[in-house]
Amino acid sequence: MDLPVWQALHTELGERLAVITVALDSGGAADAEPWIREAKPTHPTLIDVRHVVAELYGWVNVPTIAWIDEEGRLVRPGDPGWAGDYFRRMVEPDFDHAAMMAEFTRLRARYLDAVRDWVAHGPASRWALAPEEVRRRLAGPDREHALAAAYFQLGTVLHDEGRAEAAQGAFARAKALRPESWSYKRQAWHLEEPGKSAGPEFWAAVKALGDRPYYPRGEL
Amino acid sequence: MTTLTIAYEGNVARAAAEPAGEDLWVAPAALRASTGWALETAGLCRGPVCVPIPPERRTEFARADGAVNLVAVARQRGQAVVHDDERRVWVFGAPVEAPAAHRPSLDAPDFTLPDLDGRPHSLSDARGRKVVLIAWASW
Repeated sequence: MDLPVWQALHTELGERLAVITVALDSGGAADAEPWIREAKPTHPTLIDVRHVVAELYGWVNVPTIAWIDEEGRLVRPGDPGWAGDYFRRMVEPDFDHAAMMAEFTRLRARYLDAVRDWVAHGPASRWALAPEEVRRRLAGPDREHALAAAYFQLGTVLHDEGRAEAAQGAFARAKALRPESWSYKRQAWHLEEPGKSAGPEFWAAVKALGDRPYYPRGEL
Repeated sequence: MTTLTIAYEGNVARAAAEPAGEDLWVAPAALRASTGWALETAGLCRGPVCVPIPPERRTEFARADGAVNLVAVARQRGQAVVHDDERRVWVFGAPVEAPAAHRPSLDAPDFTLPDLDGRPHSLSDARGRKVVLIAWASW
């Protein structure tokens, strides 16, 4: 889990960078708290039971990271950070754990250096995107996505009220409207049965991607 | 009026309300508590922000007893609305920009969420500093 890494960056950069982490966890504190406590955070660690941040920013997976400048404008609207499709090799017979960890470590150092560079140089940083590029990357207003988010939230409320079957029905509507959302799939699986979000159904869905990426590919 | 659950822009509350077809009429006190909106002369207002109510369509939005039709407001604001079959739970999503706005705003959407102690934090609290906003999950 990445929380200790973000906490360390917060400690390193202090007032020069606000770090805000948001747990998209419809199970609430019961699910997120152990991870948060372990990181001993001094930055705001928030709980987003309804996945409101994902709805507002158009995000379909975790982790997703946005950079926001001093005036509240998006500088990078959503990166997977150092997450990458390297994890998909875990189920292959010739999986090389050391090689995966090396790639993970390299990508993580690169991403954190990019954040440091932006903190030091602001808009002059090579990692700060031009406004036109930010606009290009932002998902346009989309009524189907909004409807999907509403159904997803309906599912979380029904789950809270103990109506598990009705909740899964609402989640199914959300997933059908936004099949690219791994967050909807995995959160719904997790609420159905802890562990299912990383179980055989998950790996079957990943395999079904074929050549398509799990995490968006792109520069950094 | 009956009591049902309203999830409004992510906030969930029990509220006195009356479903009627595809409409949902919400009593004034419940309206303020569950959505922050209040019926004023300028329209439906939340702090400095008001949704004007077209005078000729006032009956779509407001009743003589002060109840407000949240679905009419949602149509005006471009919010998705869904409810469960038994109509005990109504969900109103975040407003969606009109498709005409082909240049999406660069402003990072503001939000308010609780920490583990229930203390609310808003993105806008960090205004004046650079921010990295990280979504993660336990699952």
